[in-house]
Amino acid sequence: MKIVVLVKHVPDAAGDRSFSGDTTTDRAAVDGRLSELDEYAVEQALQVVEKAGEGEITFLTMGPEAASEALRKALSMGGDAGVHVVDDALHGSDAIATSLVLAAAVRRLEPDVVICGMASTDGTMSVVPAMLAERLGLTGLTLAASLAIEGNTVTIRRDSDEASTTITGSLPALISVTDQTGEARYPSFKGIMAAKKKPVETLTLADLGIDPAHVGLGAAWSAVDNIAKRPARQAGTIVTDEGDGGVKLADFLAAGKFI
Amino acid sequence: MAEVLVIVDHVDGAVRKTTTELLTIARRLGEPAAVFFGAGVEAATETLGNFGATKIYVIDDAEISQYLVAPKVDALVTIAQQAAPAAILVTSTSEGKEIAARAAIRLDSGLITDAVDVDASGVATQSVFAASYVISSKVTHGTPIITVKPNAAAPEASPTTPSVEKVAVTYAATSTTAQITDVAPRAKSGRPELTEAAIVVSGGRGVGGPEGFSVVEALADSLNAAVGASRAATDAGWYPHAFQVGQTGKTVSPQLYMANGISGAIQHRAGMQTSKTIVAVNKDAEAPIFELADYGVVGDLFAVVPQLTEEVGKRKG
Repeated sequence: MKIVVLVKHVPDAAGDRSFSGDTTTDRAAVDGRLSELDEYAVEQALQVVEKAGEGEITFLTMGPEAASEALRKALSMGGDAGVHVVDDALHGSDAIATSLVLAAAVRRLEPDVVICGMASTDGTMSVVPAMLAERLGLTGLTLAASLAIEGNTVTIRRDSDEASTTITGSLPALISVTDQTGEARYPSFKGIMAAKKKPVETLTLADLGIDPAHVGLGAAWSAVDNIAKRPARQAGTIVTDEGDGGVKLADFLAAGKFI
Repeated sequence: MAEVLVIVDHVDGAVRKTTTELLTIARRLGEPAAVFFGAGVEAATETLGNFGATKIYVIDDAEISQYLVAPKVDALVTIAQQAAPAAILVTSTSEGKEIAARAAIRLDSGLITDAVDVDASGVATQSVFAASYVISSKVTHGTPIITVKPNAAAPEASPTTPSVEKVAVTYAATSTTAQITDVAPRAKSGRPELTEAAIVVSGGRGVGGPEGFSVVEALADSLNAAVGASRAATDAGWYPHAFQVGQTGKTVSPQLYMANGISGAIQHRAGMQTSKTIVAVNKDAEAPIFELADYGVVGDLFAVVPQLTEEVGKRKG
């Protein structure tokens, strides 16, 4: 079984993230890391291979030079190889262009299964998995809280507010997984050393046969008008409970007409 | 005036408040036309008309309920190609975002997700990077497809009598591959919907265990509030994941948010820091949640919260 896992290098959500002058995410202001939500996808791919006793995992990313760190992190958890799509023309690409590029890269790899996280922790749109399934005509099994692959059949559980739903489809399939699938493993020292020897292929837009005019900030189908930092919340009143904390809180709520 | 398609979010014809918000926004952009998937349109017609839908497109084929998402995209694209709408508005649920994503590809159209407002010129406002920035942007190519968060507008009635049109859809072979084989409905809590509630009362690590949530629930019920939980609490299995507030759960923006025993990690702040008023109770005076709080009590939630619940009961008389 051939599995492709999509990974993204993002500014650490714990940092003070900001924008560059051209309205794109400032990737220098904050340390980058493998998007936490992609770690669950890496973990599930590793588990699928462990369970099946066979399989080959390729991690795929698109992004500037530093995005190779996301591949190395994933490779230190396991898997076999990495593919890095890197091209200056990609700067500022929207989700639609991103899915165009990733679809082309996935096609080259001809996988049975594509696994990705539920969203990136920077853009948080959660649309690239659906766009990829659409572009590639794969069975789209999205937002899996659990998954199982038996032979040619994938079954996932998807939870919503109203119901827990079981969905079944045939390979080739695209599966996006939520953080409910279970904690991702930490890379072992052995894993980190092994990752350094795993092959990572670098691809440009030309390699993928994509016209640079179709990607990047200039080709984005939405344009940012304005970016403003939300004003910091004004410091509130903090009291220490001396046996009447609940009463004081009730006074505050009453003053705000919440009671 | 061009139509603005609004996908109806409903449960067996009971229209969600978010849809009435979308219809209100749609009237700024054109003539609202509702797109209704599944059964129950009879029950929904009055509400949809009351909020200004002049037309209701109905698609109730078996494919809609038998397969995940993609058949709804086939239907939406069929309608959009005939109606040439000025925009397509979808509620920012996980399914809504998927429909929007696939439709954007098929309709060669720009997409904006998680808007917290959309003005008459189609400029959408978004709250990004854990709500630390506010961005306004506009779709510049194709039919603007915008997914809109709950509470983006106050629903305003504009009564009309909608025409109902059944839509014939040809489903693509690739749209009927993800088959829904079982649906297990969740038990209803009877409390307000988390993302729609005016008041949300949440519990976190400090609640200490599943039984500790009874204190949080009692306060919520005294205020007719929804109950939320931090990731620490849902990951520990103390409260169901559906109630998680934060980056991997729900984003809420109520009039009042009460954080009990929640430290206020970035993951949680991402889901609640646009709340109008924030109140926190935490043992740790250094907890980052106090930086956001309009009012904070440093103390044991098991002392403070029950006292507050009792006090709310007394004052309500």
